[in-house]
Amino acid sequence: MSSLSFERFSYTYPGKDRPALREVSVAIEAGEFVVCTGLSASGKSTLLRAASGLVPHFHGGVASGRVVVGGLDTRDHGPGDLAQVAGTLLQDPETQVVMQTVGAELAFPLENRGLSRAAVARGVEEIALTLSIAELLERPVDELSGGELQRVALGAALAARPALVLLDEPTSQLDPVAGDELIWTLRRLNEEWGTAVLLIEHRLERCLAHADRVLVLSDGELVCDAPPSEMLGWAAEHQPALQTPAARLFERAGLRPPPSGVKEARATLQSHGLLDGAAPSDAGEPAPARGRSRWSRRAEPAEQPALSCRGLTFELPDGREVLNNVELSLMPGEQTALMGRNGAGKSTLLRILAGLNDATEGKVESESRVALLLQNPGDYLIHERVDGEVGADVLADFGLEELAASHPRDISGGQRQRLALGIVLSGERPSAVLLDEPTRGMDRAAKGDLISRLNELSAAGTAVLVATHDTELAAALAQRVLLLSGGRIVADAPTAEVLSGGWHFATETARVLGGQGQACTPEEGGALLRARMTIEAAP
Amino acid sequence: MNARSKSPVLVRARSSVCALYGFALVALALAFTHPLILLAVAAATFGAARLSGVQRQLRGAVRFAIPLALMLAVINGILVRDGVTVLWRFGDLPFFGQLDLTGEAFAYGFLLALRVVVIIAASALTVAIVDPDDVLRRMRRSAFRSALTAALATRMIGVLTRDARRMDQARRCRPDGGGSGRRAQLLMVGSVAAGALDRAVDVAATLELRGYATRVAPPRGDRVPYARADRAVLASALGLLALLLIGATFGLANFEPYPRLNIATDLTELLYAALIVLTALAAPIVGERGRRR
Repeated sequence: MSSLSFERFSYTYPGKDRPALREVSVAIEAGEFVVCTGLSASGKSTLLRAASGLVPHFHGGVASGRVVVGGLDTRDHGPGDLAQVAGTLLQDPETQVVMQTVGAELAFPLENRGLSRAAVARGVEEIALTLSIAELLERPVDELSGGELQRVALGAALAARPALVLLDEPTSQLDPVAGDELIWTLRRLNEEWGTAVLLIEHRLERCLAHADRVLVLSDGELVCDAPPSEMLGWAAEHQPALQTPAARLFERAGLRPPPSGVKEARATLQSHGLLDGAAPSDAGEPAPARGRSRWSRRAEPAEQPALSCRGLTFELPDGREVLNNVELSLMPGEQTALMGRNGAGKSTLLRILAGLNDATEGKVESESRVALLLQNPGDYLIHERVDGEVGADVLADFGLEELAASHPRDISGGQRQRLALGIVLSGERPSAVLLDEPTRGMDRAAKGDLISRLNELSAAGTAVLVATHDTELAAALAQRVLLLSGGRIVADAPTAEVLSGGWHFATETARVLGGQGQACTPEEGGALLRARMTIEAAP
Repeated sequence: MNARSKSPVLVRARSSVCALYGFALVALALAFTHPLILLAVAAATFGAARLSGVQRQLRGAVRFAIPLALMLAVINGILVRDGVTVLWRFGDLPFFGQLDLTGEAFAYGFLLALRVVVIIAASALTVAIVDPDDVLRRMRRSAFRSALTAALATRMIGVLTRDARRMDQARRCRPDGGGSGRRAQLLMVGSVAAGALDRAVDVAATLELRGYATRVAPPRGDRVPYARADRAVLASALGLLALLLIGATFGLANFEPYPRLNIATDLTELLYAALIVLTALAAPIVGERGRRR
């Protein structure tokens, strides 16, 4: 018996004309690790909601076909019954916790199964240790960060050790370290407990190496169901936006087949003699923190920073220090990535730089106003119509004029982000624009659009500072990377130097090449490999 | 679980006895207007809050209650014409007729105001010491829909508060500062309210996904025995209810506001007020001492 099977399942949300899923037929066997991907609005989340019974029991709408979860037909069993066999984690962790404390949240699904107190206590302890959240058990959920909330919600989904786990972008709010740890944990549960996993993910490079199969949805249809390497070959031909950085690196270098992960890529390169067999070396320690980057030293000496801060310290009312003596200066037109673990103080730093919060100590200076795009673009949208948010000229600038009469809640995530960016950039040109995790839940096409827009801003002299966990974005956009840890800037160096030498804070290309040539993007890596192939081919 | 073992007695005790304790304090404040009794309930409430480490929540509630209470006092002073101590005579006014401001009306108004503050403070104490998660668990099998509504409401307060905070920050990120004044506030409130239904649906979906609707009973013999904290709080709560019953039966602490304010304060009232404070604070004090031993 399959853990999950869809038989010609179609579904249309209430009030919509176009089906969100069309004739989907697929089965996931016990112990399989399946990744589901696709561009935005391709039907991934709906597929997951159908597997958890929320579609159609909770959302209404019109469904046809059949979905069977652990032997339970979703036509006869609602989400409550299906919860006995499947653990589900939806996208927004904020609404994924229902109790007041972390311990109670983890105990809740176990209590709902009627387990004894001892079994509940053991289950809570085990899942807390598995997800490294034991220190959070007594904390109220209201005090948790987004990343912590996501881990707690995941813990609640996994606590009852379901035979099937359904996860919708569980790493979207996690830093690279926590994201990798989470995927490894899922793999461990999959291998040791035989748990079947259906994982929806945009950042394929993070999970593809662990997957047995990859499903690709496009416009509600299942267009590819293949092992990772085959799927990457399919993507190169049909949906290049779904290629991983390593696959693009191979494509640029003219190598085949596309690798599903770093290990496979390195093995292929070694077999071609393009990489020595040694473990990836550190291509150079990130330079120690300094006030100005290499890029900024190249700037005209007389040029004033677009935004700077000195001795910035921020303490919470309970005395906990979030930022500690941060010194920073951004030159006009400079593009900088701000990276660090969850809770390192990135968002706090951005808020203080933008004047949203006051620092406990220190000083912020800027040429003119500082624009800040917060994590959730939907928070900017408070009017009934899109044209109520900004003027027609801004809508035209951001390619949104056709949506002028739409309700802001009805537009896509990417459009929402463009609109929110339009709002914060309208009026007087800012000297600096700060963005907090702008690519969360974004596909690569939307990411490319954002990068182009930021490049335009930068060319006009606006400094750009992006707080992100997305190393690929940092490599594609920034000339400089700041690494924040424990409220201090511990590294401030050119992007290639920071992102090519490490493991967690490194792009997939850099990990494949072991930091050689400080190549961070598939384009740089491809050029490096081609050059090597040329040298080797020469007599 | 030992998640709450370091907590004060009133926070550690099970939600049902904490709710009974809070209810007893509110009932006492509702039953008496005698200033001595109201002050005794206030002292018991704030004392219990301090011993439970929830005085901050109480302060917030009282800050909210005071303007409301003062308004009530002034309105009573203006509208009630009883009382013999005339402070100001306005004569015949259109619509109002003869308007006399009397000392008794103002005094009684202030006592009503004090009662409002004490009731709100006791209610705030109840909210602070009752664990909503425990309420959700206990009500699940007996009153599923009520428990679901209560859980949603409890969770939604936090979710919507954070939504509003984030949206307010986003508003301040607009180049014009997002405007100010009533219109900007209305836009924000409207936007948060518009999203409330979606958020409630998401939270309700999560409850479903965690198997809340299955209502499986816990195994037999898995009931948690009454701990010392539970017994202490229950004893205090029952003691307060007994005092309420005695006071009501024997007509203790009565007073007449009109025509002349007559507040009887003899040894019985003093003793009665002292007993309220002692009974209320017995649980947090005795329970803590027992634990240290």
